[in-house]
Amino acid sequence: MLKKSVLLLLSAIILCCTLSACGYEYMDIELNRTYTKNLAGSELNVYNWGEYISDGSDDMMDVNREFERITGIHVNYTTFESNESMYSQLKSGGVSYDIIIPSDYMIERLKNENMLKKIDVSRLQNYGFIYDEYKSLFYDENNEYSVPYNVGMVGIIYNPELIGEPEHSWKTLWDEKYRDMSLNFSNPRDGFMTAQMILGQDLNTTNKADWDAAAELLKKGKGVLQSYVMDEIYGKMETGEAAIGPYYAGDYLTMLDNNEDLKFFYPEEGTNIFVDAICIPSSVKNYDAAMLYIDFLLEPEVALHNAEYIGYASPNRAVVENPDYYYYQDEILYPAPEDMPPTQYYHDIDPEIRSYYENLWIDLKLY
Amino acid sequence: MNKKSFGSRLVAAPYLVWAAIFVIVPLLMMAYFAFTDNSGAFTLSNMAQIGKYKKAFGVSILYALAATIVTLLISYPMAYFMTKMKVSSQRMVMIIVMLPMWMNFLIRTYSWISILANTGIINTFLKSIGLRPLHLINTPGAVILGMVYDFVPYMILPIYSVMSKIDKSLLEAAEDLGSNAFSRLRRVIIPLSMPGVISGITMVFVPSVSTFYISQKLGGNKNWLIGDAIEYLFGAGPEYYNIASAISLILMVMILLCLAVMSRFSSDEEGGVII
Repeated sequence: MLKKSVLLLLSAIILCCTLSACGYEYMDIELNRTYTKNLAGSELNVYNWGEYISDGSDDMMDVNREFERITGIHVNYTTFESNESMYSQLKSGGVSYDIIIPSDYMIERLKNENMLKKIDVSRLQNYGFIYDEYKSLFYDENNEYSVPYNVGMVGIIYNPELIGEPEHSWKTLWDEKYRDMSLNFSNPRDGFMTAQMILGQDLNTTNKADWDAAAELLKKGKGVLQSYVMDEIYGKMETGEAAIGPYYAGDYLTMLDNNEDLKFFYPEEGTNIFVDAICIPSSVKNYDAAMLYIDFLLEPEVALHNAEYIGYASPNRAVVENPDYYYYQDEILYPAPEDMPPTQYYHDIDPEIRSYYENLWIDLKLY
Repeated sequence: MNKKSFGSRLVAAPYLVWAAIFVIVPLLMMAYFAFTDNSGAFTLSNMAQIGKYKKAFGVSILYALAATIVTLLISYPMAYFMTKMKVSSQRMVMIIVMLPMWMNFLIRTYSWISILANTGIINTFLKSIGLRPLHLINTPGAVILGMVYDFVPYMILPIYSVMSKIDKSLLEAAEDLGSNAFSRLRRVIIPLSMPGVISGITMVFVPSVSTFYISQKLGGNKNWLIGDAIEYLFGAGPEYYNIASAISLILMVMILLCLAVMSRFSSDEEGGVII
């Protein structure tokens, strides 16, 4: 009979877990504008990065469900892992989305390939919350195709317990002192950036000799590195397996929650800055609902929950200037102007140059 | 003579359809991509670029050979002693051998990181008893260990199943005719278990040579094995499908050649499974 009682206990546990997961309560949120229910029953297909919206965990708002409740529109939410995979999905045409949230250079490419629908920002009542410095950027000079969602910069995370205070430079990733303790990016664009910054290059150079020089420098540093990583950096930095490595500032704050020894700096040579922005692809089926959704994401309370959940810098003044915001005046996400490193955006690069540096990257990784 | 009834053909049909869609068609697609460029025109330029990857090919084959040899050295005695056990214990040991296969191999590989890492279980233990930590992770040894760990059941099972079918009376006859334990092993057991060994080698070598995840996680992701290169290229976008297919095709041909060489060493007994 032992088996039976164990089984019973197990099913009771499973039942409890399921029930508690259902215990979601809607937030009592204050809205800045009024939302119609005219589109109730229609569907909205949203395509976003993974872990890039507040999803109701940790007592925070489930943004999509709030939107469904307020507008009656059903949200189909799917995620992607990289700009490139999002692009190839969209390009293949097998699926249609009403909302996508790509990064700057990808927006430039989509716009140039006529894959985006214009957004009439005058119809967005919450658009005024977006800081002017994130409007009219190179990928959308007239603010016709995109609405900023998040801003980020790349910096270097280190563990002073293991290596003390390093020089605030990208050169630390090449430093013999940190042999087998340093990491670098395993994607070519960010990986090249670390070398390009040391060489003082334009990140979007079309001069092949520049890419050759950066590849040469990367090759020199390869022996010192412990490994090339993407999200594995979380575990490696948190456990002390690695002592220094570059990543996105917002993600450093997540690591800090798990290892409070970790510190962060922006290298003095400068770094990459990026904006992820909300766009409507040209294959949109439910344009009005998409506009409503964009306005909803800009709502001060919604944007606050998203900013706190995601941990990246927000371009929304209602968040940044709110003293209750968890990262209010955080000096890493929002450095004072005098602490701000020189920054460069990635632009969409000519396909020939892209395949040139991809090949250099492959050479770097081959035996 | 071997006339098949309508019934038996019908039974085979689901697998034939499956094989056609998921084996034959992808192979043809791979061959098509390997000999065309992005616009679909015939070209040999993908094949011409292969030279760049020759070292990755060589290292992958060396690693796979090392992993196969280590796996064989572990598995053969294990399978032999399994056949000597009581039937009930054999069943128990069989379950223990298969147990790890019930878990996804990605997770199993990942857990090796926490064992081998500089801050991992082994080194934490060494440090706690006052010994110098060892550099284990991000070495060729770690990659080969990962392969051995993941593929060892594929070696034990075929060897065991062939060995356990060896007729006991053959061994008794050998003993009666004066052969000692060593020569019984060398002249009876090893030759009769060869089909199992060959199929075990195949089932370990082939996945090892094309593996891509183990080397990235346990080898530091600094130098790609050929599987890593293929994975990267397919992920880099549609413009790399052609070169990635060309590498895959060459890899397949090389594996087939290795297997052909290997099957030379084996007598063509029944029971062995090649490919």
